[in-house]
Amino acid sequence: MQFPREELFAPGHRGCAGCGAAIVARLLLKAAGKDTIISNATGCLEVMTTPYPETAWRVPWIHTAFENAAATASGVEAAIKALKRKRGKYKDKKINVIAIGGDGGTADIGFQSLSGAMERGHDMLYIMYDNEAYMNTGIQRSSSTPFMAATTTSPAGSKIRGEDRPKKDVAMIMAAHGIPYVATACISYPEDFMRKVKKALSIEGPKFIQVLQPCTTGWGYPPEKTIEIGRLAVETGIFPLYEIENGEFRITYKPAKRKPVKEYLKMQKRYRHLTDEDIERIQKYIDEKCKLLGL
Amino acid sequence: MVTIAAIIYEPGSSIKNKTGTWRTFRPILDTNKCVKCENCYIFCPEGAIQEDENGNFKIDYDYCKGCLICMNECPVNAITKVREEK
Ligand SMILES: Cc1ncc(C[n+]2csc(CCOP(=O)(O)OP(=O)(O)O)c2C)c(N)n1
Ligand code: SF4
Ligand code: SF4
Ligand code: SF4
Ligand SMILES: [Mg+2]
Repeated sequence: MQFPREELFAPGHRGCAGCGAAIVARLLLKAAGKDTIISNATGCLEVMTTPYPETAWRVPWIHTAFENAAATASGVEAAIKALKRKRGKYKDKKINVIAIGGDGGTADIGFQSLSGAMERGHDMLYIMYDNEAYMNTGIQRSSSTPFMAATTTSPAGSKIRGEDRPKKDVAMIMAAHGIPYVATACISYPEDFMRKVKKALSIEGPKFIQVLQPCTTGWGYPPEKTIEIGRLAVETGIFPLYEIENGEFRITYKPAKRKPVKEYLKMQKRYRHLTDEDIERIQKYIDEKCKLLGL
Repeated sequence: MVTIAAIIYEPGSSIKNKTGTWRTFRPILDTNKCVKCENCYIFCPEGAIQEDENGNFKIDYDYCKGCLICMNECPVNAITKVREEK
């Protein structure tokens, strides 16, 4: 018995078959346990888990607006603190306060509320579940959409070649806030992700984890490949796994030999317009980034 | 003034929604081949693979959506698929 058996994320949710966001939630709750309060921004995860009056969550959960998961969580954290101090409630209880939002909800519209919560020093964990676009509203690009990926608002045609900007590096921006713990993770490495969640929750103060989750609908691949594609993202170095604890950077998974990024790109429809030249460009960009990180 | 939000009193009430009807393919798990690596258990987006009273992994077809991640991730090919007949 390696993984905890408690299921705090119920079946019956409306995530697409093979949904990576559902895997994020299930693993997150297995690691965090039942003494957890979740603040969830609008997006696929919220919509598919909680078509009122049904919900897949078996822990206290708040649906908050698209832009303020971190603000809501910081309020919950402050309230718990006050109840402990002024009323002597939950005195010996450790309650995990976790905010979770998509890449749009985190890197774009929720960015200022996230930055504020991290800067104020709230004792909370923020999870960015990254599927690299606004999936719930029909695959629009976000600032976390990678270079050259096609979405409905960064289409691939004769003039536009998909997304024209590099993926915003939210984890590093969070690290620049000087918070005690920042990590990247991927659902294809559940031990690594769950260990990072547990570690983050054992540290006092603001923590941030960006977890990559392939999306069958938005990325365009058969549902059974969700885990395989996530693994390739890490094995090729396009999405490196690391943690930054009190300013100390550490790679947590180092592929023996990085695979060519072509293997990752060719499995997804959002990249099917790429020429060999385009792929070469992306490969060069990854090589440079990995060199910088020591991969 | 108290603002009444939409409150759900029943945790995990989504279990009312049997997503097994979504399936096109049905995964079949062969207990005799299974080496209990837990891959299918941990990667299933529905949590539809659980241990039975004998400690064997079993697929709950009430909720399995037939994504076949379990089949793809099984290292010993203990999971195969058949097309659902309607
Ligand atoms: C202020 C506001 N603008 C727009 C929307 C519509 N909307 C709902 S979810 C969503 C996209 C969410 O994208 P992301 O955060 O990446 O989550 P995903 O759906 O991809 O999981 C948008 C634009 C909204 N709910 N609120
Ligand atoms: S669109 Fe993607 S993230 Fe949203 S429910 Fe479907 S698979 Fe999950
Ligand atoms: S096919 Fe998908 S939903 Fe069904 S048991 Fe396997 S992983 Fe779970
Ligand atoms: S993935 Fe295969 S071997 Fe591993 S527990 Fe599941 S059925 Fe058994
Ligand atoms: Mg998204």
